[in-house]
Amino acid sequence: MEKITGSEALIRSLLEEGVKTVFGYPGGQIMPVFDKLYDYKDKLRHILVRHEQGAVHAAQGYARVSGDVGVVLVTSGPGATNVITGVADAMIDSTPLVVITGQVPSPLLGTDAFQETDVVGITLPITKWSYQIQSADEIPWAIARAFYIARSGRPGPVVIDFPKNAQIGMMDFEYKKCDFIRSYRPVPPTDPHSLIQAASLINKAQKPFIIFGQGVILSEAEEELKNLLEKTGIPAASTLLGLSALPSGYSLYKGMVGMHGNLGPNKKTNECDVLIAIGMRFDDRVTSDIHTYAKQAKVIHIDIDPSEIGKNVAAEIGILGNAKDVLQKLNPMLERRKFEEWSKEFDDLNEIENKKVIIPETQPQEGDLNMGEVVAKVSELTNNEAIIVTDVGQNQMMAARYSKFNKSRSFVSSGGLGTMGYGLPAAIGAKIGMPDRHVCFFTGDGGIQMSIQELGTILQENTGVKIIILNNSWLGMVRQWQELFFDERYSETSMKNPDFIALAAAYGIKGKKVDKRADLEGAIKEMLSDNEPYLLEVNVIEKGMVFPMIPGGKCVSKMMLTTTEWH
Amino acid sequence: MEDNNIKQDDVTLFTVTVYSENQVGLLNQVSIIFTRRNLNIWSLSVSASAIEGVHKFTITTHTTRSQIEKVVKQIEKRIDVLRAFFYTNEEIIHQEIALYKVETEKLLESDEIEDLIRKHNARILEINKIFTVIEKTGHCEETGALFDDLNKYGVLQFVRSGRIAITKDRTEHVSVFLEEQEVRRLKEKQ
Ligand SMILES: Cc1ncc(C[n+]2csc(CCOP(=O)(O)OP(=O)(O)O)c2C)c(N)n1
Ligand SMILES: [Mg+2]
Repeated sequence: MEKITGSEALIRSLLEEGVKTVFGYPGGQIMPVFDKLYDYKDKLRHILVRHEQGAVHAAQGYARVSGDVGVVLVTSGPGATNVITGVADAMIDSTPLVVITGQVPSPLLGTDAFQETDVVGITLPITKWSYQIQSADEIPWAIARAFYIARSGRPGPVVIDFPKNAQIGMMDFEYKKCDFIRSYRPVPPTDPHSLIQAASLINKAQKPFIIFGQGVILSEAEEELKNLLEKTGIPAASTLLGLSALPSGYSLYKGMVGMHGNLGPNKKTNECDVLIAIGMRFDDRVTSDIHTYAKQAKVIHIDIDPSEIGKNVAAEIGILGNAKDVLQKLNPMLERRKFEEWSKEFDDLNEIENKKVIIPETQPQEGDLNMGEVVAKVSELTNNEAIIVTDVGQNQMMAARYSKFNKSRSFVSSGGLGTMGYGLPAAIGAKIGMPDRHVCFFTGDGGIQMSIQELGTILQENTGVKIIILNNSWLGMVRQWQELFFDERYSETSMKNPDFIALAAAYGIKGKKVDKRADLEGAIKEMLSDNEPYLLEVNVIEKGMVFPMIPGGKCVSKMMLTTTEWH
Repeated sequence: MEDNNIKQDDVTLFTVTVYSENQVGLLNQVSIIFTRRNLNIWSLSVSASAIEGVHKFTITTHTTRSQIEKVVKQIEKRIDVLRAFFYTNEEIIHQEIALYKVETEKLLESDEIEDLIRKHNARILEINKIFTVIEKTGHCEETGALFDDLNKYGVLQFVRSGRIAITKDRTEHVSVFLEEQEVRRLKEKQ
């Protein structure tokens, strides 16, 4: 067997796992690995970000669109602490990542050595697995395990802390993929009895309703979900992270649930008799007041993670397993039915929202530009084929509400953590993962400035991301809450912004600023005319609002349609 | 594991047993799950189990059934944890051990301390000129009662171990899981 260094063993292990792209940033305690990377340039592409947080978000964007594990390589100390936000984000949004952090040599551990931080200690609560390599020999084992854990079951981030002595130590390289860990059961067995009970409940239901989440995308159950709907005629709605799992135009797809979701699915949650939750976790942004949420319904909860069943909403029937397998087994047990009346009730409510909210937002005849009309226009001009990436805030909710989708894995957004600054690097990662598709990234004037340094990554890699800043000169979502719940006391939410077009130009990125309705379509067409990076700044109405809205902690059956009207 | 006398929202003392691999940092992984929900760990002990290589944590905490159910599921979710269970006092046989240090002079002054030792079913572990160490095994109330009695003569040092507990079933609860996992491993191989 040939002897190689730990650094080389790491790179060879990554190649064994099929890794093609790594997002990272070098530093003292990871230099041997970066040195070896130099020899493997043609096999392993490294994307040099401008801040380690950007590396993780880019890896997340990459993972979300491609379904592969995102890989991050950073140094110890500040390099490692800079990845924390991204790791926490990946944990709560179940995104598979392997994050490798350099570490001081083992003999220095615990001595407060230069750039030493207790990375395993810090990351334990926000990772699926966090492990410090002890010696070079352990590397293939640890990396194989890391990839197996990150991608299997409910996916999530793994952190591997890599002391320098293990990077330079010599070892015999032999790689064996991991497919079993005695203490870990990635997919819990599905109890056949729970399927029988669920089928009988669904077959008897009068007003059944399905809410699906990212679990459908992660388990690639899009077809099975569609088959289920075709057969049973049950109306369905998506969570924020489930978006794009069903095509937007599909007749039984009734929109999105949650705080800024659609009127039909939110209200009907509290009228259905059987609520079938598939691969979603009843986040409080979905349920609002848990004490009044779906109390009338019998809940069937399908999830791969046993700790989700009954965590927030009590389930009449919990079905453990991977959504794809469960639906494959459940579908044949269900009767072919139709719920025309019931389905139409969703449409009627959505029509009210359409008149009161959607048409005014997306087709205004005069006044300032609206965020919603920009999003709708981009969606239309990309034939609903683009990957939509968002930042956080009003821009995120508008992008979620007014983008339409034809393909799965087309919506990338920070859901559980709501991380401002997520979008720009995530869009870069998404474009690198899916270079042949348009990646349109909607952001706010606030959020883009939280990771604006990543324009440098775009410059270096010439990543053809289409950046659309929906500039309202406010931290808009916070301003909206101040308007609604804090007597219009706009404490620290007004933004004086730089010249974004000049900034883009400094990074060699083409751009245009639009503030008139007449110029919008032309500018979007120009942006979409090639595969180059582009920054489109759209000045939108300053005090725009995202409606409808369920104010925090209120009941899902009553939504604000405007500042004064409720339904 | 169902105890119908205890309702979902009554706060009571639960004993959690966690079976895990013997890995660095496992205690931390388990304890942060309690910390996150602001649950105080009342006692803790870690030891080997009857299955080779499998470690067993015994943790007690005061909380509600609905809370402990969620905590146990989240503990089980950790990669290196095999299984976790929770029990009420009635479902297990449990013990603690306590050590008490008193002045030997006080012991020799009269028969009173010796009588106490006999009455409480305790025993003397060590005697020297200066101090005597007494040991008692029992439930928390029992070791506490001896403390109260001895303290009338002055207890110089006192320590009580975490609870250790054994279920009323024949074997370790985790063995079924290990068997299922073995079947899965063999299937995966094919
Ligand atoms: C890192 C981080 N800090 C603070 C917040 C709180 N927050 C949520 S939305 C928002 C305003 C976002 O402003 P902007 O990026 O301009 O987007 P807009 O809402 O105006 O579209 C803030 C401050 C957050 N989500 N993330
Ligand atoms: Mg803004």
